[in-house]
Amino acid sequence: MENRQINVRNAIRYGDLYTKLSAVVMGLGMIVRKQIVKGIAILLCEIAFLFYMINTGIASLSLMPSLGDRVQEKVWNEAKQIYEYTAGDNSQQILLAGVVTLFVIAAIITLWILQMRHAYKLQKMSEEGKHIPSMKEDIRALFDKNLHITLMSLPCLGILIFNIVPLVYMISMAFTTYSKEGEHLVLFDWDGLNQFGRVLNMNGNIGRQFWHVLGWTVVWAIFATFLNYILGMILAMIINRKDTKGKAFWRFCFVLSIAVPQFVTLMIMNIMLQPSGAVNVLLKNLGWISSPLPFWTNATWARITIIVINLWVGIPYTMLQVTGILQNIPAELYEAAKMDGAGPVKIFFRITLPYMLFVTTPYLIASFVGNINNFNVIYLLSGGGPTYVGDTAGQTDLLVTWLYKLTIDQQYYNLGAVIGIMTFVILTVITLITYRNSSSYKNEEAFM
Amino acid sequence: MSTVKVTGKKNRQSTRKLTVNILVHLFLAVLAVIWLLPIFWIVLTSFRAEPGAYTNTFLPQGYTLNNYVKLLTDRNVLNFPKMFGNTLIIAICCCIFSTFFVLSVAYSLSRMRFAFRKPYMNLAMILGLFPGFMTMVAQYFILKAMGLTEGSAIRFGLIIVYSACTGLGFQIAKGYFDTIPRSIDEAAIIDGATQWQVFTRITMPLAKPIVIYTVMTSFIAPWVDFIFAKVICRANADQFTVAIGLWNMLQKEYIYQWYTCFAAGAVLISIPIAALFLYMQRFYVEGMGGAVKG
Repeated sequence: MENRQINVRNAIRYGDLYTKLSAVVMGLGMIVRKQIVKGIAILLCEIAFLFYMINTGIASLSLMPSLGDRVQEKVWNEAKQIYEYTAGDNSQQILLAGVVTLFVIAAIITLWILQMRHAYKLQKMSEEGKHIPSMKEDIRALFDKNLHITLMSLPCLGILIFNIVPLVYMISMAFTTYSKEGEHLVLFDWDGLNQFGRVLNMNGNIGRQFWHVLGWTVVWAIFATFLNYILGMILAMIINRKDTKGKAFWRFCFVLSIAVPQFVTLMIMNIMLQPSGAVNVLLKNLGWISSPLPFWTNATWARITIIVINLWVGIPYTMLQVTGILQNIPAELYEAAKMDGAGPVKIFFRITLPYMLFVTTPYLIASFVGNINNFNVIYLLSGGGPTYVGDTAGQTDLLVTWLYKLTIDQQYYNLGAVIGIMTFVILTVITLITYRNSSSYKNEEAFM
Repeated sequence: MSTVKVTGKKNRQSTRKLTVNILVHLFLAVLAVIWLLPIFWIVLTSFRAEPGAYTNTFLPQGYTLNNYVKLLTDRNVLNFPKMFGNTLIIAICCCIFSTFFVLSVAYSLSRMRFAFRKPYMNLAMILGLFPGFMTMVAQYFILKAMGLTEGSAIRFGLIIVYSACTGLGFQIAKGYFDTIPRSIDEAAIIDGATQWQVFTRITMPLAKPIVIYTVMTSFIAPWVDFIFAKVICRANADQFTVAIGLWNMLQKEYIYQWYTCFAAGAVLISIPIAALFLYMQRFYVEGMGGAVKG
């Protein structure tokens, strides 16, 4: 008996009648080989799929190219003496139904491939006279060598329905005219790459704002990541010094500030730094200033304020995270450096920092990504403002907060989707370059 | 002569050390004041007698408990007790689902070897690069299609939104599982234990810190998120969670009447969350240590 690989092509070419028939009647190969429950379940899936396609699937796919174009109309109903509305098309629902149908089709194809392989495998097993696992044995395997299937199917289903489908749906919006502009909120059409062109075109209004926001996002992410990282590390080192008394107390003071929910502290900061807020009042009462400092009303002030407040938020986190790692640095390194007469600054830049950078690269990348997508800090502190007249993006808006404004507040869904995709592209490039080269990715299993 | 010189040097050294120490402690004290000032201020504000968001003095002129009383008894405009109840229910359900999801995925990725493992981890990384709010609008439409955006069904909608995608946040838990020696599992399997038994009876007890950490983070999430809740609740005031309630208190129409109540609410919510956080921070540190190692 040749040892053929178990795959769909071999199943169709070399399978027996039942295996081949499984291509049409899914699950048949299992039913005839005594795996009745499994086979019937798969058959039911196929029937459900056919029902779905006939009922709604085909209809929603056929509407996908046009995305619907029947306008809702008011018709005078003579008999009832009232105006009635004829149901018009809703492009957004059509698009969603279309995307869902595509996923359903992909799912059934996956199931088809799996069951073909399985049918062929069962056929070979019975030909070779091997024992075919019964229902009971299958279930037992699900809690033993196939435990990952049991454990991961629900989480994966959740991710599929509430992350991947929404993402594909949003991405597809980027190629449409779904926007408040030109009244395309109910009926919209495919628009190709036009919106991408608008966003990337530096001379247009949207494009100018995009490059502006992108620039600030990158500046912000660099400052927020590296300042927090270095200053947090220095704070951790100061607290962990041999001669510092009351280490636990100092640590507690800083950790307390992040223990309070972030949105609460950020909203408090926003209020405190308003023109008539507590900080300005305090400075005025002390006689240090005569007019309020423009923390949120001047673009440069707002940017600096945000970066400084983010230090307040981020330094304790870094301190918590790096404390353990700092203590792992081999003591001999420090002693050798001291012997050579290096001062504390030199030791920090020549030993501590390189060591930490080496060990915590994945953490740094994660926090860089987190900062590019840092919605809370910007939205709660400055709300993206100050905003110039005629702009949708404020002077401190990041790509994410702009995305939020464009979709939730202003309903420029297509532009929002384009911004989301651009953010993803930028992050992918940065991450791929750094992450794939980091030692922790390459040697994921090294310490097992 | 030489001994005098040595003690002199020693003295100078110890004086220098003392100065450095005093400076360091002063520095830490100043920093601690900066870090604790906003918290101190909000606690004071929550007891402030004068209404309104902005006053002419930094410290309150009079103190009262009325802000807390109003927050907990005024059920007409912003029903804080109801919001608290909503959030508690959501947090408990969310906690159960998320913990199960995170630990299941983390265990599978750490201990089992299967074809889908590497692709899953890469996929999780790629999905993590999309801005979280990109999916938000679409999630709302999907929930709407499922009929989960009206009335009390919103609660289910929020539970689903908070817990459905938690399977992507396995990194810290996986990092911790990775540090538990595999030889323990292997010994158990030789003794006839199934993978399920290894998972529930061996790994879980050994990974208690990370279990507690996961339970707590997933319990805290609904209390501190206001963006998803705001988008999904829209104007259904009786389904609001605490975070939206607090956020609303600072909007133009409410801020004068409700500002001090906001402070009271912030204090009330922060106390349990801060306590949970302070309790779990060491697990966080341990988990980070595990996740970063290598």
